[in-house]
Amino acid sequence: MSSPVATQKPPPPTEEVERPKKSLLSALLTRPEIGSVAAAVAIFVFFFVIAEPFRTLPALSTVLYASSSIGIVAVGVALLMIGGEFDLSAGVSVVTAALTASMFSFQLTANLWVGVLVSLVVMLAVGFLNGYLVVKTGIPSFLITLGTFFMLGGINLGVTKLVTGTVATQNVADMDGFASARAVFASEFVVGGVTVRVTVLWWIFFVALATWILLRTRLGNWIFAAGGNAASARAVGVPVNKVKIGLFMGVAFMCWFYGMHTLFAFNTVQSGQGVGNEFLYIIAAVVGGCLLTGGYGSAIGAAVGAFIFGMTTQGIVFAGWDPSWFKFFLGAMLLLAVVLNLYVKNYALNRRS
Amino acid sequence: MTDTIVEHADRTLEVGTPLVEMTGVGKAYGAIRALEGIDLTVNAGEVTCVLGDNGAGKSTLIKIISGLHPHTEGTLKVDGQEVRFGSPRESLDHGIATVYQDLAVVGLMEVWRNFFLGSEIRKGRYPLAPLDIKGMREIADAELRKMGIAVKDINQPIGTLSGGQRQCVAIARAVYFGARVLILDEPTAALGVKQSGVVLKYTAAARDAGLGVVFITHNPHHAYMVGDHFIILKLGRRVLDKKRSEVTLEELTAEMAGGQELEELSHELKR
Repeated sequence: MSSPVATQKPPPPTEEVERPKKSLLSALLTRPEIGSVAAAVAIFVFFFVIAEPFRTLPALSTVLYASSSIGIVAVGVALLMIGGEFDLSAGVSVVTAALTASMFSFQLTANLWVGVLVSLVVMLAVGFLNGYLVVKTGIPSFLITLGTFFMLGGINLGVTKLVTGTVATQNVADMDGFASARAVFASEFVVGGVTVRVTVLWWIFFVALATWILLRTRLGNWIFAAGGNAASARAVGVPVNKVKIGLFMGVAFMCWFYGMHTLFAFNTVQSGQGVGNEFLYIIAAVVGGCLLTGGYGSAIGAAVGAFIFGMTTQGIVFAGWDPSWFKFFLGAMLLLAVVLNLYVKNYALNRRS
Repeated sequence: MTDTIVEHADRTLEVGTPLVEMTGVGKAYGAIRALEGIDLTVNAGEVTCVLGDNGAGKSTLIKIISGLHPHTEGTLKVDGQEVRFGSPRESLDHGIATVYQDLAVVGLMEVWRNFFLGSEIRKGRYPLAPLDIKGMREIADAELRKMGIAVKDINQPIGTLSGGQRQCVAIARAVYFGARVLILDEPTAALGVKQSGVVLKYTAAARDAGLGVVFITHNPHHAYMVGDHFIILKLGRRVLDKKRSEVTLEELTAEMAGGQELEELSHELKR
């Protein structure tokens, strides 16, 4: 059946390929996290020198807890940004998740775990809706999620007032399932005299999982490709739309998880909270090396970004300064990070063979 | 350079067998007819060149064969069976691979990740199974070396390669994954003379290995070097359809440059 086809003799390789060992510096400079790691070290040293209370282990524990409060959702946001999209609804989503679980269980006098699961379903639906709308309409995710941000903010306040008559939910501390749910989402334990919050462990776990996904799995390859060049990825058979919808659902999952923490740590939920946190998540991801245009970044970088956030919020307090300066600092960090990221990206691409 | 192609090319391909046949194919985007009445056959071991100016319908033609947009009129047959592709995956599963001019690769991803994008090797079938990174690096490295593409480091972002090298990686990838029909969308448009030469040689090698090649270009010189069959599109219609033996480079060039229209224009502008 097969017919011999004429083939020319293969020409010798045009150039003998030389492979010098990459210099360590050059290898480091192409990592997305490098800028944030340098900044984190500098900030750590700065507060270590300037604020005496910063030097203690309990202070580190506080810093890590503050970091995890941003870091958990920032993991999802970083993956989404690498996938080329953006989510402004993440801040209020956390509150939506907590409100849903709290009010569902309280109104039906159900076990809190029922509310927790209902909340998970609701949040995944919100994430799916965000992703589906972005993928199907082709409208930038900035606008779609700006819409859902306001809608969720309104729902949070409106529904809470309708159901409870106030802007906060009832205390759930004496309900069935509270103890076990608190153990999972908001417990703390003592290691060597230092109190460790369980969210810190969860945060590390999610960062490790996200890093594994990004660098070691097919899904990770698809996330980078979907953000780096969606048309090209689609042409070689990558299901770009499914990947993007999945990433929005991933952010929603992280919002749900952190929402559960706020519910079981404080027992009640203030319905107007969460506004503005979406920017903190995005800043953590960007400071950690994620490009706003997608296709580049890392989960570890986002974790370092969140750690910088934690060190600064707490460090300013330890140093006895006016916390108002925190926002200025945050903005300056973001600007620096964006400029540095641009440089790193160009360096990576101009390292001509 | 050609041994990798022969190695991976489908052994059952017989020169002259029609792989893709289009009859009266057309495509309308709402009220706009981008393409109509196209007859085109892609035979194994032959290069079919599709020439045309900007807006002639070349891109639409590719999109139909590669599954990005389904056709609205006529019939498309692959291996004698009528098909209508709803996604690029379906087209790929029929052995049709498309290498696009500018969207062939993801610039910031490593060479080996690009090589295996969409067809990654995994160490298991469960979700989140680890990739066989070592294996993929070795295969990609070996394949590129055989093609004589000098890559300093298989881990470098593919955006650091030259345009011609990137095209070759994309073509090699398509062939490695068992493409039987190769669609090249303006592969030489953005390249210099030397880089174009590399791509043209590689195109000829694919043809000689028995693949059916669709070569889309607006450069008749490049087309004539590798083509067996020439089709010129103009405003969504076919204006020329000739075998290599029936046409000269001069005719192709004149027809591409505008033919009758150009003569009238030169008459009008005569000084």
